[in-house]
Amino acid sequence: MNFDYLILALKNLKHRGIRSWLTLLGIFIGVTAVVSLIGLGAGLQAAVGAQFGIGSTEVISVQAGGLSAYGPPGSGAVNKLTTDDVDAIERLSSVKVAIPRILSSGKMEFNDIVTFGIAASVPDGEKRKVAYEILDSEVEVGRLLKDGDVNKVMLGYNFWGSEDIFGKAVVTGKTVLIQDENFIVVGIMKKTGSLIFDNVVMMNEAPLRDLMDYGDDVDIIAVQVKDKDLMDDAKEDIEKLMRKQRDVDVGEEDFEVSTPEAMMDTVNSVLGGVQAFIIIIASISILVGALGIVNTMTTSVLERRKEIGIMKAIGATNYQVFLQFFFESGLLGFIGGLVGVILGTIVSSLGIIGINNFIGAELGLNFDFVLIGGALFGSFVVGAVAGVVPAMNAAKQDPVEALRG
Amino acid sequence: MKKVKAKEVIRLRNVSKHYPMGKFVVKALSHLEFKVYEGEFVAIMGPSGSGKSTAMNLVGSLDMPTHGTIYLDGDDISEFSESDLAQVRGKRIGFIFQSFNLIPNLTVKENVMLPMMFQGTSIEERSDKAEELLRLVELHDRMDHYPGEISGGQMQRVAIARSLANDPEVILADEPTGNLDTKTGAIVMEFLEKLNKEGKTVIMVTHDPDLAEKYADVVYWLLDGVLEKVTKRVGKRFVDVTKKAKKALVKKVRKKGKGGK
Repeated sequence: MNFDYLILALKNLKHRGIRSWLTLLGIFIGVTAVVSLIGLGAGLQAAVGAQFGIGSTEVISVQAGGLSAYGPPGSGAVNKLTTDDVDAIERLSSVKVAIPRILSSGKMEFNDIVTFGIAASVPDGEKRKVAYEILDSEVEVGRLLKDGDVNKVMLGYNFWGSEDIFGKAVVTGKTVLIQDENFIVVGIMKKTGSLIFDNVVMMNEAPLRDLMDYGDDVDIIAVQVKDKDLMDDAKEDIEKLMRKQRDVDVGEEDFEVSTPEAMMDTVNSVLGGVQAFIIIIASISILVGALGIVNTMTTSVLERRKEIGIMKAIGATNYQVFLQFFFESGLLGFIGGLVGVILGTIVSSLGIIGINNFIGAELGLNFDFVLIGGALFGSFVVGAVAGVVPAMNAAKQDPVEALRG
Repeated sequence: MKKVKAKEVIRLRNVSKHYPMGKFVVKALSHLEFKVYEGEFVAIMGPSGSGKSTAMNLVGSLDMPTHGTIYLDGDDISEFSESDLAQVRGKRIGFIFQSFNLIPNLTVKENVMLPMMFQGTSIEERSDKAEELLRLVELHDRMDHYPGEISGGQMQRVAIARSLANDPEVILADEPTGNLDTKTGAIVMEFLEKLNKEGKTVIMVTHDPDLAEKYADVVYWLLDGVLEKVTKRVGKRFVDVTKKAKKALVKKVRKKGKGGK
């Protein structure tokens, strides 16, 4: 028979339309925040991860620390890495291959517009294949750089996909001026979603060294390990070696060896912080919503004293009156939760579509039915708990007093 | 007049109701003796402040007396728990109020169905019974209207239908025509009279002596919380049947008898 009280409760809420909606505002904002946040979860991680350029999971990156001012990673270091370091790292037993990379800021000109950006190197020979693999480099149009390409470059997606940089898209076959020298564009890379990779200029290592006057310096060494499971051991080996190479003690390292896990951990801890913050705000919102329900139900009991009197006169027991108000308040919470779940799902869907467009990925929506069910049940419980005291007050009304209104 | 000496439906024995008001005690009702038999049409008559509303609340077991005992079908209501009392009320008594007291956000039909819901009747049964009762009060074409969409007279007829929902023995009507014009009031009273003729016990509270004497078999006259007299219909007249009045009558008859000798 409890179903009857539920229907009756629904009718009463409908009758108090605007007030009911205003009451459940707090609950639905809170639930929207939680549902959309969790729905976005994996998508957010991928989006932020892409910004950090975390792709391959089996690559350790080594870069020099110290005074890192304005510029691409490693390029601002005082004591730079060198090709000797690359060779030394490669000699380690746990290392499969070490790839030197140069990341240099430079001037670029096309369509009479000058801009400054980052040029990155691609190594020659066998290492080229590994580098493309690590960076997940694929071309959207044209071809990848190959050994012996001297005055050729490969451009990030945005040079071709957007007209913002040079006023018009740069297509393959065109010539661009880099540091006042001519380079022919041979390929455009696929979209990655990273602001660095989508705006980068790639050229072979030797021409880039000449062009930028780099000598033996290296900005980043990307290290592929032999055994993915021994990543941490390899990391320790490299750290030990680098301390020796650079003659520094433990704790005074002027370089950094980072694994993708460590980088992802950083991303996750940042995301975790943001999520915790939003969940705190959502909890406050739900708490305020619950107080709103207490308030509305208390007012409702006062306003409907006569109705309570009538109900008692025509045979409602205290428990039945309690049930009626209890369900009303539970329903307020439930409907708030339902609206929140719907809105949260819409928000996270839009978010995922946005992230997919941004990083060129094909992430699916995280439909967590346990979460949705939990949110709905939780909202009902919040509403019902908020309504216990007002419902008890309703049940306790003296019928004669109540009938007087 | 019906000669029904059937079952005693309600009895109030030496009932008083006092309300504490700060330092004072308001004696709303003192030493009321009241009996209603099955099938009777009883009126509780009195001006405002006479204690008739208090009497109605006690008779309807909405309130408990300060002193005295109330029997409903022979059961002392003070022995019932609050929930049992509510169930008993819902099952045995049908209330009709002066201000109709329909629930505004339920349709006419849902209002009639409500008392049955509290008794745990199934929804199909509730629906059928409500339609049947609304047909009885000639309002079946207004079933899906809300109380705000029908007239006062119609609302009171809905209230009559609602009072019959659980097929109670007693209909308790508190100034049923108080908020209605004479014509619609008469229609409502005709329904009550019809129900009484069909065997329902009707207890009506009113301040209108004409109304009381037009429809009731027995009238309890209250004044300032005290039962002033009880009159009973004998043929077309009402006769005072209070003990004091009886004694005086007997005395008078005896006197006449003596004088005649």
